[in-house]
Amino acid sequence: MIMILAIALIMTIVGLILGLLLKGIDRKIAAYFQSRIGPPLLQPVYDIIKLMYKQTIIPVTAVRWLFSSAPVIALASSALLLLYITIPYIFYIFEINTTLQGDLIVVLYCILIPSIAMVTGAFSSGSPYAAIGAQREMVILMSIELPIAVVIISVAWHAADSMADPFAISSLFEYPLWHNAGAFGVLGGILLFFAMVLVLPAEMSRVPFDQAEAETELAEGISVEYSGKLLAFILLTDAFKALALSMLVVILFFPYTLSQLFGISFQMYGHTLTPFVEIVFLLFKIIVIYSFGITFIRVVMARLKISQVARFFLFAITAISIIGLILIMLDPNMRII
Amino acid sequence: MVYYYRCYNVIDNNRGTYVKKINYKHLKRSLWAYHMNTGSCNACDIEILATLMPRYDAERFGIKLVGSPRHADVLLVTGTVTEKIKDKILQVYQQVPKPKLVMIIGSCGATKGVFHESYAMAGPLDTLLPVDVYVPGCPPRPEAIIYGVAKAWEKLEEL
Ligand code: SF4
Repeated sequence: MIMILAIALIMTIVGLILGLLLKGIDRKIAAYFQSRIGPPLLQPVYDIIKLMYKQTIIPVTAVRWLFSSAPVIALASSALLLLYITIPYIFYIFEINTTLQGDLIVVLYCILIPSIAMVTGAFSSGSPYAAIGAQREMVILMSIELPIAVVIISVAWHAADSMADPFAISSLFEYPLWHNAGAFGVLGGILLFFAMVLVLPAEMSRVPFDQAEAETELAEGISVEYSGKLLAFILLTDAFKALALSMLVVILFFPYTLSQLFGISFQMYGHTLTPFVEIVFLLFKIIVIYSFGITFIRVVMARLKISQVARFFLFAITAISIIGLILIMLDPNMRII
Repeated sequence: MVYYYRCYNVIDNNRGTYVKKINYKHLKRSLWAYHMNTGSCNACDIEILATLMPRYDAERFGIKLVGSPRHADVLLVTGTVTEKIKDKILQVYQQVPKPKLVMIIGSCGATKGVFHESYAMAGPLDTLLPVDVYVPGCPPRPEAIIYGVAKAWEKLEEL
């Protein structure tokens, strides 16, 4: 118990720094695509420090307690999401046996909480811009809910086939989606991956799905009235979510470790270094997923209209993910019934 | 050429006494700008955008254009202040959280420029707000705007 608490504390701090670094890398890569030099890697950290020293204004029209507690709830729940996804994987890498397995359904709900908290805060701020942004955020949330659920259910379907606990996060590492898959299974997996990668920028509200924060039309949308420390909390929430969601994609689709892939292990002076190398490999995977799923799309596309986004996710992406689910169910190598 | 006048605290009532010295330091690394058009002819606004474009790449100094005055550190004001927009710019100034700077881009804001004979002008801006940096020019080049920001940093070190 104490060990888990200590690990959680360390990982929150490390996750905070890594999440901010991830955002720095994102800005650096975006600058590279636009042939700029770009801000320094630690720019998000400087922003946070600056905001911590700024005055925090609470507007008179706002519902005070709701307005100031919403970013805190969002920050706490996004940190919870990160820990909930990451700790089973860390235990798996370090080969620690626990009863801590994690639950995919809980992850499904935890993804929602930061956004819902932000929507509540935006509605309570009393600003019309924030209200419009919050409505848009709700529309996006509702339309991406089904694809995420379908992706998680298909992964669980496959794990159930392997006699593991289907909804436990830890069984994903033992039986990844591609484990024992035939042609149908691989095709379905690719479709699901495609759907999940497109859900990623919508969940993070990045271009082309950043209608809720559209800075040119809505003046930053849901965060329009936030300043100072509360705004810093919102940026930190964003950093945690960036790390947690790319981590989720990694464990859903590419949970392989180096030793699983190539059967190698690292030794130095009789101590095994394998877990630490695995963590570096994990960070590498996270950066690749984040830069392809978010930075790439963010740089090449412009903002869509909100009706286009709703239609895109409700019809196209939902259809793609359901086809992926059906393909995985049809795969003769993993038949459950 | 950028002229830099030392005339802050013109009608300033809340700066210098309220804000501690340490607070300004952090603005050096990340400066978020809110751009407000108070009746400019749009040429200055386009020059501000040109400053943020890849050629001059102001983001490498942490300068970013934000959409809400609540997020801003520096208020970029272009254009002479018309009677209609006078109370709006005062409101926007009050909405910016406290360690804040005001930069005038263009000759209009500093001196009313070519509109100096107009009956509809409430400006120049420094009769209404404490202005920190003036960047004259009609419109000023992006180099001048970046130089103005550098001057603002120098000023922050003095404070
Ligand atoms: S200074 Fe010149 S370019 Fe700028 S707003 Fe005034 S008239 Fe237009």
